[in-house]
Amino acid sequence: MTDIFLETRNLKKVYPDGTEALKNITLTFNKGELVSIIGPSGAGKSTFLRSINRLNQPSSGEVIFQNEQITNVKGKKLLLVRRQIGMIFQDFNLIKRSTTVRNVLHGRLGYMSSLKGAFGRFSEEDVKEALAILRRVGLEDHAFKRADELSGGQQQRVGIARAIAQKPALILADEPIASLDPSSSSNVMNYLKTISEEDGITTIVNLHQVDVAKRFASRIIGIKAGEVVFDGKPNELTEQRINEIYDQRGLVNELTS
Amino acid sequence: MSKMNKQNNNLSRGILWSLAFIFFVISLLQLDIAPEKLANIFSRTQRLLDNMFPPVIDDPINIAGAAIESLQIAVMGTLWGIIFSILLAFFAAKNMTPHISISYLVKALAAFVRAVPALIWALLFIIAVGLGPTPGILALAVNSVGMLVKVYAETIEEIDQRVIDAIRATGGSPIQVVMQGVLPTISSIFISWSVFRFDINLRYATVLGVVGAGGIGWELIRASRMIAYNEMLGVTIVMFIMVLGAEYFTRFLKQRADLATIRATK
Repeated sequence: MTDIFLETRNLKKVYPDGTEALKNITLTFNKGELVSIIGPSGAGKSTFLRSINRLNQPSSGEVIFQNEQITNVKGKKLLLVRRQIGMIFQDFNLIKRSTTVRNVLHGRLGYMSSLKGAFGRFSEEDVKEALAILRRVGLEDHAFKRADELSGGQQQRVGIARAIAQKPALILADEPIASLDPSSSSNVMNYLKTISEEDGITTIVNLHQVDVAKRFASRIIGIKAGEVVFDGKPNELTEQRINEIYDQRGLVNELTS
Repeated sequence: MSKMNKQNNNLSRGILWSLAFIFFVISLLQLDIAPEKLANIFSRTQRLLDNMFPPVIDDPINIAGAAIESLQIAVMGTLWGIIFSILLAFFAAKNMTPHISISYLVKALAAFVRAVPALIWALLFIIAVGLGPTPGILALAVNSVGMLVKVYAETIEEIDQRVIDAIRATGGSPIQVVMQGVLPTISSIFISWSVFRFDINLRYATVLGVVGAGGIGWELIRASRMIAYNEMLGVTIVMFIMVLGAEYFTRFLKQRADLATIRATK
């Protein structure tokens, strides 16, 4: 593999309270693949994703994104890195009282001057683009509704639209379907897969549901207690390997939570 | 053990009550609240009421002008207070401040400003800039900052981290996080507090004139110096109508803002 798109080397994260969320995560990701990370709650999946776009600062180790060391970039440089990385959140993280289209336009903030963006002076081109993206996720009729008027599944599609608006090279989706019902879930996963394939965007999706991961991902990584315990194709993920990832205790937690 | 505690409690309660009683008696003697004065209350009140009724407004144009000036002082004081408070609140809020010590500094400053009453600020500003509406506006603005910085900062501190993450993740700069993420989320709570503060400021603005800081309060003092009790009552009624009107107006605005908040948190 000469053309590694994203790489983490010995990534570690220790929280101030002493919790070791990540222990030596070394992984590589290729251009355009849809990777799913599975593992029990508290395994470090979220921390890992948030370390890539630096919403969390890793304690040690390196993140190399498109041949660039981004572990310690700061200020303007960090914003330029982040605008290439779209993020989709479990709770959608929309600005609820702003309109849908404005939430999508937030994806353009990283491309605008700080003040222009602050006052929401989006260019006509950006607005047209945002409306086109909303059409792509089937929400063109809701463009001028407030975000909190939409259903959960619709809000998550706005979240996806916002990420696409960034014209990202990488999408990080942190439990995108954990707050959704089954039909909205497969709908949202379908959009993620389509976009990953059509636009060639590398996508890393944290998932709780092993069956969903097997259905949509081209590669699955299992994380347990801050360590990688599985990395392979969906068909290599046997019942036994799943049980290893979610050990008995983890499985019980999973079922009762 | 518990019996002893009980005895102790009884003893200390007894001491407290007797101290309070002694303080009361001393105050009574020292403040010269003599029984004969109390006995005169009724005849004096009778005379006052006789002089007050019917209320008159001697110079309606002048009074109206003064009332409008009070309103203007309240509006300007509130407006400047809001502007400075919003700016300062982002430095005071722990989750937004560039450094935690700045947060403590701004909060301490606001607490100090809040502790000094508006009338005292008016007196200070009269010394600084002279009589008239300007010291009134400054006093209200400063006093508003004391309160608004506190409540705005608390509102910002309670904001959902997820809102901040959302804009940060797109590559938004800190000021974009504030303007596109934080402000739209909390604007209705800000509006509620600002409207409430306007209500307070209008009440203050009606009495600021008493110390010479402009507005209708001055008319009240003028009438009282001329012992024109009927005019005093007239001016008081005008003040009453202003405050009542403002109360209805602010209640209307608050209801609208609350409605928006309810819709947003639904």
